[in-house]
Formats: sequence, structure tokens, C-alpha cells
Amino acid sequence: MPEFFANIFNVEYLLNSLPYMGKGMLGIFIVTAVIVTVVNALNSLPDKGNK
Amino acid sequence: MEVLYETLLAITWPQVAMWAIGGLLIYLAIAKEMEPTLLLPMGFGAILVNLPLSGAASVIEHLFDIGIAGHELFPLILFIGIGAMIDFEPLLTNPKLMFFGAAAQFGIFFTLCAASFFGFELNDAASIAIIGAADGPTSIFVAQELNSNYLAPIMVAAYSYMALVPIVQPPIIKLCTTKAERKIRMVYKGKAVSKRTKILFPIIITAIVGLVAPDAVALIGFLMFGNLIRECGVLNSLSETAQKVLANLITIFLGITIASQMKADEFLKVDTFIILGLGLVAFVVDTFGGVMLAKIMNLFLKEKINPMIGAAGISAFPMSARVVHKLGLEEDNQNFLLMHSIGVNVSGQVASVIAGGLILAFFRGIGG
Repeated sequence: MPEFFANIFNVEYLLNSLPYMGKGMLGIFIVTAVIVTVVNALNSLPDKGNK
Repeated sequence: MEVLYETLLAITWPQVAMWAIGGLLIYLAIAKEMEPTLLLPMGFGAILVNLPLSGAASVIEHLFDIGIAGHELFPLILFIGIGAMIDFEPLLTNPKLMFFGAAAQFGIFFTLCAASFFGFELNDAASIAIIGAADGPTSIFVAQELNSNYLAPIMVAAYSYMALVPIVQPPIIKLCTTKAERKIRMVYKGKAVSKRTKILFPIIITAIVGLVAPDAVALIGFLMFGNLIRECGVLNSLSETAQKVLANLITIFLGITIASQMKADEFLKVDTFIILGLGLVAFVVDTFGGVMLAKIMNLFLKEKINPMIGAAGISAFPMSARVVHKLGLEEDNQNFLLMHSIGVNVSGQVASVIAGGLILAFFRGIGG
């Protein structure tokens, strides 16, 4: 039975992929933070009444 | 008579199973109205390519070569239509909502690890994970760019689960939140957004994502081009065409083209069922990620957020926003969450493309 699971589950692959979880989420939050900052800056620009 | 005999003899059990699957997709599309624009052509196409000695298979294969294998034209052109349909105003009014869209991509990276654990190579694991983007065109684009061997089950899973959002999300949301949290009311402070901001937003987003994840610039670029057509105010007829005619036309071709990958001998494998399971995991963890970020933010905020809106961060637009709104009304018939959840939902659309770009940046070149 343990051999059966060893054939299905690949711990080595899992360990290889784990760093991408951190990098990916960090990347998304950094890009999001940049976009939020830019949108806030756009919203704070004085309005010329062209709504 | 001889031809009939030859054709009947060529029928195999896996083909019959694919007719049943095609029939099921057509049933879900018509009787349950689940993503009928895609599930119906996919279901019909699945039957078409699995008829014995099917002469249609080569025609649909050709459509696949032109529209998907050839620079992912269909999903990209569809993105112009989607971009023209999206109103980013609720997001621009409250840009902080974008963080929920980011958090709700957690399912993608969780599923990447889960698929790797099941022994899929990194390019395939990443392609499977992108089902969690809850965005058909992004899933097709990424899986094709990464040369995944599992394009068909990925496409079927992506579109099927998008259709199943009203069934998949509510139990997860309820499991992650208390009744008191679900009753939290949120006031919508609808500030007017200037036309200048609406026009600059698609251009700036394209530039930012293009700099960070150049591989995703086609995706975000086509999406934002569609949005720019909508917001510029001088191309109303083009905007209307992109939203309706263009999107519908591409959807017809896309659905039937996906079916070219649903040939019995390629589709009916154990891996397909594992991928369908992993796709579900991606949607569940996406929902969990969005809700959990809202709960964490509530620890620090004076004005509490209803954590259910975090679940709308998956980009299944606009189903996810509607699900959250409906759940809010179930708990308190005066709790209107629609504008907040729509804002989160459109941010999920942008975040899912960014996630796709990051996945491509990490794994392009790995595929065979």
C-alpha cells in the first residue's frame, strides 16, 4: 500500500513547486499594490469637470 | 450498406462514452442554463469528433490550429469583447478592493503544488493550476503557451467550474464565515470617477503588467484595449460590436474548437479526472483565499468589511459577484453587497491575468 501511494504522490515535485507559491502570491500583491497606488494618484488629480 | 456496416464496426466504447459526455454538456447548457454559450458548442463538438470515421474532426482540428494553436487568437480576440463589457468604475471608486482579487488567486498557486504532488510535470501542473484563474481565455492561453499535454481537460474544467460557481462557492463561503460576519453591512460610497481616470486606467494597467510580466501583455493588452474602446466615448459602435457580435462570434468558434481536443482516446484517461478534481480544488481555495484576506483585514479595520465579498475575487464575472450579493440578502434582506462584490469581481479579472503572466514568466520554456 505505501508503494501504491509513493507511485501516485510525488513529494520531490511538491517540494520543487512550493517556492513558486510564495513567489507567485508575493508578485501578485506587489503588482496590485502598484496599481492601487497609481489609481489612487489618478483619483486625486484635480478634476476639470469632465465626468 | 457496406459503408454503414464499416462505420458501425468502427464504433468504440470510449466514443460512446464521449457521446454521453457531450450529451451531458448539452443537457447542462439547455436544461440548467450553465454557460450555454460554451457548453452547448463543446457538447455538440464532442459528439461530432467522436463519430466513427468522423469527417468533421479534421475541419475542427484546422479551426484549432488557426484559432488556438496559432498564437491563441480566439481567446485573445474574445478578451477584447470581455474588456468592452467590463465597467471598472466600482473598482476605481475603491481601488483597495483589488487586494481581494489578488488574494483570490491563492487557489492557482496552491493547485500548482497539489498538481505537482500528483506527479504532473511543472508545465502541466502550472497549466492545471491556472484553471483557478476562473477565466477561460487565460486558461487556454497559458496552457497552450506552456505546451501542456492536457489542454482539453483544462478547458473543460475551466468552463464547467465557471458555470458551477453558484453551486461551488456558497458552501465554502458559509464554512469560512460566521453568521454575524455574513450580516455585516457595507455602505457604498459611490464617488464619481473622472473620464480621464477611466481612459488612463486601461493604458496604465497594460504598461504596468507589460513591464512586470511581459508574457501576459497580450492577454492584458487585448482586455484593456476592449475596455479603452468602451471608455473613450468616441467609439460607441465599435464597443457595441466588440461586446456583442465579436464576443458571440468568437464564442461560437471557441466552443466547437475546444471539442477538437475531446477525442475519446485522448480525453478518457485517469489524468482527466484528476485534473477535474484539481480544478475544483483551485476554485475552493480561491474562494477561501479571498474570504480569509477580508477576515484578516477586519482585525485592523474600524469599519468592518463583509468577508463574503472576498470570495468574488475569482474572476468568474459576474456570477461570483451575484452569488455574494445573494448570500448577503439571504442573511439580511437590507444588506446590498452588489457594488462591492462587482468591484472585487472585476479586480479578480485583472488579478487572474497578472497571475497568468507570472505563471508564464516562471514556467515558459519548461514545456516540451
